[in-house]
Amino acid sequence: MDQQEIIAGFSPDKTNLLAMLHALQDNHPQNYLTEESLRAAASHLRVNLSWVYGVAGYYSMFSLQPRGRFIIRICNSPVCNMMGSSGLIDVLGSILGIGAGETTPDGLFTVEQVECLGICDVAPAMMVNRKVYGNLTRKSLEAIIDELRILQNKPE
Amino acid sequence: MISEKRIILRNSGVINPQSIEEYIDAGGYKSLSSAFASTPEKVVEEVMASGLRGRGGAGFPTGIKKQAAADRDTGKISYVVCNADEGEPGTFKDRIIMETNPHLLIEGMIIAGYSISAKLGYIYIRGEYYDSVRRLQHAIHQAYARGYLGNDILGSGFSFDLEIKPGAGSYLCGEELTLLESLEGKRGYPRIKPPFPTEKGFWDKPTLVNNVETLANLPGIIGHGSSWFRSSGTEKTPGTKLFSVCGDVKKPGCYETDAGVILNDLINDLAGGTSNGKPWKAVLLGGAAGTFVPYSFSGLSLCYERLKEQGATLGSGAVIVIGNERKLIPLMQSILMFFRHESCGKCVPCRVGTTYIHERSLEIPAAGNEARISILEEIVNHARQMAKSSLCPLGQSPILPLGTLQIHFTEMIATE
Repeated sequence: MDQQEIIAGFSPDKTNLLAMLHALQDNHPQNYLTEESLRAAASHLRVNLSWVYGVAGYYSMFSLQPRGRFIIRICNSPVCNMMGSSGLIDVLGSILGIGAGETTPDGLFTVEQVECLGICDVAPAMMVNRKVYGNLTRKSLEAIIDELRILQNKPE
Repeated sequence: MISEKRIILRNSGVINPQSIEEYIDAGGYKSLSSAFASTPEKVVEEVMASGLRGRGGAGFPTGIKKQAAADRDTGKISYVVCNADEGEPGTFKDRIIMETNPHLLIEGMIIAGYSISAKLGYIYIRGEYYDSVRRLQHAIHQAYARGYLGNDILGSGFSFDLEIKPGAGSYLCGEELTLLESLEGKRGYPRIKPPFPTEKGFWDKPTLVNNVETLANLPGIIGHGSSWFRSSGTEKTPGTKLFSVCGDVKKPGCYETDAGVILNDLINDLAGGTSNGKPWKAVLLGGAAGTFVPYSFSGLSLCYERLKEQGATLGSGAVIVIGNERKLIPLMQSILMFFRHESCGKCVPCRVGTTYIHERSLEIPAAGNEARISILEEIVNHARQMAKSSLCPLGQSPILPLGTLQIHFTEMIATE
């Protein structure tokens, strides 16, 4: 969808800013907020660019840098950590060759270490884009990555 | 052997959460008619008589806070905001309510709106809860189509609109005033309080901010009355409570019981006991901003008043079980890393302090027994200073797990 179309779907009310930034970011194939999109949001809400930039920079779900098609969010908060999440970062490191905060050169995966995702009943857990995966082990994580590679050419 | 007492979760897993018909067939939206048959004042009185305490973590008495209700008569604009920014580590109860019974929350929001004569309500949901947002959005559409939301609801003359607003990954926005900042489209920085949201909240108007579980209790209280509600739980913590049990247990999950349930009954009878069947080493009650208790507390009743006497907290109802083979130092480091990551940086003692105490904690494993004790003492002292000099609960919280670790587990930390 066109950026202007997305923005036009929101009334020019500051309470819509976070939802608008989510929509703009989700719409970008590289899952991030471009300077152009921040400017468009600011102009729609009649606020300064610095306001929108400040908000986009504050919240950890927003990125100002290009990211992969699949955002892998590994939960690293105390419960998942206790149940073995740091080992999962290592597993991803060995499969994908990247660490937390990095993107694979083919632009397919970004790995992020995040705080509690609220799915502690299936710790250690992660989200890939909007989907939750729990009770992770090395084996299940490897299988999920394989599956995502197959999925890459299909729309979500 | 105890069993669950499902009131909030009565319909969870029983009805289709995406079907308003099934919710209505199960008695849903009847409490709304009861509320409309009564006056807003009477609704507030009933909730106050029920003794309901906020289920978000603070345990603030009376789900409906008085000031916002009082402003009803002055004709001032007021708002109802549902705090669904569930971010406390180990807590997932609100997600279960929203995913399995979204109409219960919507009904609770409408009752709350009616009680303070608010015209507009927001549900602020953390950005990662996509399924909760999706299901609630669908349920809201259904409620509008059936006339439970919008103008002149059920011919009562009362009109109420409800919108969902997503967060975007900030633990701090679960604090009510910070949540309101975020709702206004700003960075999630805490406000100075007082004034409390009931005086000066969303757009500086009186605002009732309640947790998901708190609001989900309203249909029951209005439908069955406050004495029915008081037949569950304890005198000072009436009602049922949702517990998120996780960590080293066989069946982690969200369990609803009478408030005041015995800690070990919850762990053994409902959560299947510890993973290796041996007595647990510690339980972290209430999440990262919670308190550690040792096994000698296993007979403790989980209600606000008993826990307070023992220097522990119920918080959001997280029960993180730590098995006998676990080490406590990595867990402590992980908790401190959490606070370090989530500090917004507004107050210097918290910004510098969360980083400093986390870094000091990393030095503990390499230190000798005596040195470990003195590092722990230093960290606890810093956390105590932070608690006194920070604006919001984030800087005030690290002392809770750290202080209780020091009281109950110093010897273990020195030697593990």
